[in-house]
Amino acid sequence: MARIDLDHIRHSYLPNPQKETDFALKEVHHTFQDGGAYALLGPSGCGKTTLLNIISGLLHPSHGKLLFNGHDVTNLSTQERNIAQVFQFPVIYDTMTVYDNLAFPLRNRGVPEADVDRKVRETLDMIDLADWAKRKARGLTADQKQKISLGRGLVRSDVNAILFDEPLTVIDPHMKWVLRSQLKQLHRRFGYTMVYVTHDQTEALTFADQVVVMYDGGIVQIGTPAELFERPKHTFVGYFIGSPGMNVLPVEVEGKTARFGSLAIVLPGAPEKTEGSMELGIRPEYVRLGRVGIGVSISKVEDVGRHKVVRAKMEGREIAAIVGEDEEIPAEPKLRFEPAGINVYADSWRVEMRA
Amino acid sequence: MEKTWNNKAWFLVLPVLVLVAFSAVIPLMTVVNYSVQDTFGNNQFFWAGTEWFEELLGSSRFWQAMGRNLVFSAIILAIEVPLGILIALNMPKKGWGVPVCLVLMALPLLVPWNVVGTIWQVFGRSDIGLFGYYLNKLGFNYNYVQDPIDAWFTVIIMDVWHWTSLVVLLCYAGLVSIPDAFYQAAKIDGASRWAVFRYIQLPKMQRVLLIAVLLRFMDSFMIYTEPFVVTGGGPGNSTTFLSIDLVKMALGQFDLGPAAAMSLVYFLIILLLSWVFYTVMTNYDAER
Repeated sequence: MARIDLDHIRHSYLPNPQKETDFALKEVHHTFQDGGAYALLGPSGCGKTTLLNIISGLLHPSHGKLLFNGHDVTNLSTQERNIAQVFQFPVIYDTMTVYDNLAFPLRNRGVPEADVDRKVRETLDMIDLADWAKRKARGLTADQKQKISLGRGLVRSDVNAILFDEPLTVIDPHMKWVLRSQLKQLHRRFGYTMVYVTHDQTEALTFADQVVVMYDGGIVQIGTPAELFERPKHTFVGYFIGSPGMNVLPVEVEGKTARFGSLAIVLPGAPEKTEGSMELGIRPEYVRLGRVGIGVSISKVEDVGRHKVVRAKMEGREIAAIVGEDEEIPAEPKLRFEPAGINVYADSWRVEMRA
Repeated sequence: MEKTWNNKAWFLVLPVLVLVAFSAVIPLMTVVNYSVQDTFGNNQFFWAGTEWFEELLGSSRFWQAMGRNLVFSAIILAIEVPLGILIALNMPKKGWGVPVCLVLMALPLLVPWNVVGTIWQVFGRSDIGLFGYYLNKLGFNYNYVQDPIDAWFTVIIMDVWHWTSLVVLLCYAGLVSIPDAFYQAAKIDGASRWAVFRYIQLPKMQRVLLIAVLLRFMDSFMIYTEPFVVTGGGPGNSTTFLSIDLVKMALGQFDLGPAAAMSLVYFLIILLLSWVFYTVMTNYDAER
């Protein structure tokens, strides 16, 4: 396993990138710690697969260096980097048995057959496919095939990192959950450095210790799931994470007050920066619906099971609130923002507040 | 729901039954009819029973033509399939080269068969043909009109020129359907070029290859036009394949009975081989 340093890495698919917009991946300078579980989260086309392919060596970055445990591997081939990668669609060698599929990467590297056998059997146990060893791989289900793809990485004891490129896309919903928890277990038991690309926030938040949120070719925030939820650094993180996403209201800030139309909202502190276009962000979980506060009209109530999502109009603008399953919705509903959940943004980036 | 039981639906399939009857079944029956009779012209027919079949199966002429046919099919398959795979593997997967290559590959397939024959007939001539003339200049004593080996060589080269493209196009279609992830995974697994071919490309091409082999086998087994135009079955009988022999017998000698018997045997052989291929292919599908 290895620590992975991304040293000022940028990538463009164009031969002569000039402008910032020519880059599919804007400058990334970050370290993936040895043994960490990371998720790269973002919408399609945000550069997360580009970043993953740079780590695995399938792409050579236009700028910057990549280091594994301090060694520069930027110019090394995929084989030489010694990483494992699981792709969106299961890659298996159809004509081989499950056993031979797992043995393939070892045999290619000239490992003695006795060691191959021992490693393959260990791996079969790890991925729960010991009973299937002698079966032809093509008859298996999608989740078993995906486990084989993973197993081909696990079988090599010396891999530097295991990379996942949206590995659960073609897996049935009920199996997704099972596979995800098995992955999590493998990570805990063996301490692999894992980087997991996904556009599914549930997958990212349940899998990773640290989530890297990407947007438009750049990293907008790196943090624990709790940090991303409580303190989104960028309004995009606010929208993208959470269901429904964060409410973002354009405001004017004066000291500790934010003005939204005719309303004045008291902030927990005075924002350090007040120039630029200011916005107030609050997650629906921190919007309280009751008999005190700002008068609103309710346009829709969605019952999602554990709670209800209330869509209301406040000063002509849509705002979402979450209320408990058993809570009453008053006849003349009023909204209140819980101060702990208020974040202020200047030009979409979060600003600190002084109490 | 109550089902209505009557036979009116037969009227709906009647047109196709009539069509097939006139285009296939009735002509075939006339052949069957000829094959068991003898005629001395003047539209007089005499019952011959299985005589023509016995004669045919006991004749060395038939077995020799059949042997030539099998050898010819084996040789062109042994050349066209590996060559087709090799070309398909080296064709570009993206960029401007793709349409250029595809058009180049499709060109020989678009040439009418008798034109292919004429092209090679002229091309191979040792007095005026580009190919034949320069082969002789280079010191090879090449003359397809006189030398059986040269005749075979010409017929085989011609078939390879005409039909390898078909194998290429089928293989190429199989190859481009392989997602990039397979190649990337193979790289990560440290697979050699040969392993990539053996475990990724070949399995993905297996189906189309089977179809290519089937098509090429049947076509080559029924080959007529091109060798007829180039060599006319000669020199001697050295390139007289079953179909050429059949036409000689039916139209040249006007031996309707033996020719009909031969057509039927020929037809049954092709039917049998197609059935074998079909079974192999469907078994392969079921296995998946």
